[in-house]
Amino acid sequence: MTEETLHKTAEVHRDYTGSKMGMWLFLFTEMLLFGGMFILYAVYRFKHPEEFHTSAQDLDTTIGAINTLILLTSSLTMALSILALQKGKKRLSLVFQVLTILMGAAFLGNKSLEWGAKFHHGMYPNSAYLLTKSSGEILFYGLYFVMTGIHGLHVLIGIGVLLFMVLFTMRGSIDSTNFVKLENSGLYWHFVDIVWVYLFPLFYLIT
Amino acid sequence: MGENSESAMQGKNFYESGGTRKGILSWIFTTDHKRIGMLYLASLFIFFTAGASFGLLMRLELIAPGKTIVTASTYNSFFTLHGVIMIFLFIIPGIPVSLGNFFLPLQIGARDVAFPRINLFSWWLYMTGGILALLSLFTGDGPPDTGWTFYAPYSIRTGTNVSLAVFAAFILGFSSILTGLNFVTTVHRLRAPGMSWFRMPLFVWSLYATAWVQVLATPILGITLLLIIIERFFGVGFFDPSKGGDPILYQHLFWIYSHPAVYIMIVPAMGVVTEIIPVFARRTVFGYKAIAFSSLGIAAVGFFVWGHHMFTSGISDTSKAIFSLLTFLVAIPSGIKVFNWVASLYRGSIKVDTPLLFVISFVFLFCIGGLTGLINGTLATNIHIHGTHFIVAHFHYVMFGGTAFAFFAGLHYWFPKMCGRMYSEARAKTAWFFLFIGFNILYFPMFIVGWQGMPRRYYDYLPMFHTLNLISTIGSWILAAGLILMFVNLIRSITKGEKAGSNPWKGTTLEWTVPSPPPAENFDEIPVVTHGPYTYE
Repeated sequence: MTEETLHKTAEVHRDYTGSKMGMWLFLFTEMLLFGGMFILYAVYRFKHPEEFHTSAQDLDTTIGAINTLILLTSSLTMALSILALQKGKKRLSLVFQVLTILMGAAFLGNKSLEWGAKFHHGMYPNSAYLLTKSSGEILFYGLYFVMTGIHGLHVLIGIGVLLFMVLFTMRGSIDSTNFVKLENSGLYWHFVDIVWVYLFPLFYLIT
Repeated sequence: MGENSESAMQGKNFYESGGTRKGILSWIFTTDHKRIGMLYLASLFIFFTAGASFGLLMRLELIAPGKTIVTASTYNSFFTLHGVIMIFLFIIPGIPVSLGNFFLPLQIGARDVAFPRINLFSWWLYMTGGILALLSLFTGDGPPDTGWTFYAPYSIRTGTNVSLAVFAAFILGFSSILTGLNFVTTVHRLRAPGMSWFRMPLFVWSLYATAWVQVLATPILGITLLLIIIERFFGVGFFDPSKGGDPILYQHLFWIYSHPAVYIMIVPAMGVVTEIIPVFARRTVFGYKAIAFSSLGIAAVGFFVWGHHMFTSGISDTSKAIFSLLTFLVAIPSGIKVFNWVASLYRGSIKVDTPLLFVISFVFLFCIGGLTGLINGTLATNIHIHGTHFIVAHFHYVMFGGTAFAFFAGLHYWFPKMCGRMYSEARAKTAWFFLFIGFNILYFPMFIVGWQGMPRRYYDYLPMFHTLNLISTIGSWILAAGLILMFVNLIRSITKGEKAGSNPWKGTTLEWTVPSPPPAENFDEIPVVTHGPYTYE
């Protein structure tokens, strides 16, 4: 075999199980990354249970609930887009992918409204207003901004990844025979979704 | 089959077949695991030289009491940068990314790792992190002065360039994670037919155990460092007592990663040692499964001992006792390995070449480092030696005398395979002699001054410690001479050495069945494995 053909065979070599395994390992690392922050949350809530309780009352449960609904629905459209692609329905898959992206964007939009309202009241890390509060409240809002912030960053990355998937689907480089990239993006999206499922009760519903 | 007829059939080795790109581009955009391994090796060499220079400067400052060459704050930057470079840029990536990248696929009979492009990406991340770490020296308001541990709240308040250095370490962690998940997937998915788990070479086992630690521990460091940056820019207050935060919590989070990281450093080194001993004793390894499982055992127990870094930080007595007990448990799998190595040598036809010299000195130095580890792990003695030069001596015996010596052993052992040529054996042995002698003169006195109470991380000391510090500094020069001689010998031999042939050591693992240097696709045909890795008559 010549070198060129060897390189070619190496390139078309595909390992479906291997790709999935790599993605799951990556999700483990993401889980541990958030795990570090959940440890902080656990320790500080254990130290300041009452202040966490009262601080949580100032968060808007309605916006939080709407956001939860949006993200859960986006997980559904994500799963449907994979199913559509597997069945060879490229257009339908694209529609679902774009819907997922739009819902991700709506989530971030809501989030920024929520953050904006807090900033408007002078409530942000290290603000003069926040520093007059008790240490439990400072820590609660610190955790709130950092954890939802890093989660929001993940949603943003997820949107970026999905934009690539839309491009790949249109180009035809992912299709009904080769969809592991879309599946892995889906796994990532579901993961981000699940993190929110934990963040929502821990910050909004503990009152 | 001779090497020449094989390579004539194959055509080119991997240096000659760079794909479609030419020159330097064929290296920095390569997805060939062997080229990436060599890239890493060259980068490690550069950063090791930088780190060693800081180390030598620190020793020079400590040659006499009082200010000798630098001020106190410069000295603080020296030990911070020495630590950051040596730990994050040399010894943590070290063996897995260079020797591991090159030989893992070869040893399991694969053409490449599972994700070749992610492999290249992790090198790019590594270089980015490395350059940022060095940049933190020259930009901002002075080089970081916190020590490599970035302890809060000082790291949050100091005006020096900590954010950039921390961000560099964060990027390096990401690179480490990607290498880890790549190796785990490779070992699961790409073993050649017949290469069952218990036919894998033990170097592969050690890389596999290490890769799991990289995947499971590094994210905690990632978030911890990210929080330091967030603290510095936004003042959230997680680790700031004035806002209700808890600095001890930072130490917990930091060591939850950084103690397992110690095993990221040492376990691959143990794998190299296990690989070399059977070849030079002409005997199968004693206790294959015990060595394989002890690698996993060390990796697993390593997750639960981080508290022994915090015995004097103010944690409860109950947790101290538990952490101390768990720390002692690490000695069991480590001891199993040492006994197995010695038993593998017993009644072998030992040939004392350079790789084996480094391996035997590894076992000797690792035993000193490991046993003094038990002294550190004992609660009562820990209070006496915590934060002294005793600790410095201990971890240099494990990290330098252990990991780096094993790295050098592996470099010499696999040099003919990587470069196709042999180094000068006489020069290599001389270099080993200087390294071994210099190492002990440099670090052994630190045990004594540490025990007598000389603290670490000060540019000055009491006159009573002068003699031993002088001896130690002289040792650092002998060690440096050994390093220079070794590197000159190896680098010179890349072009000037004699042709080595495909199997100069008569090794039995798969990498010795392909030509030296190996062709781009490693194997003409993927081999079928029918027996274990170390079969000698």
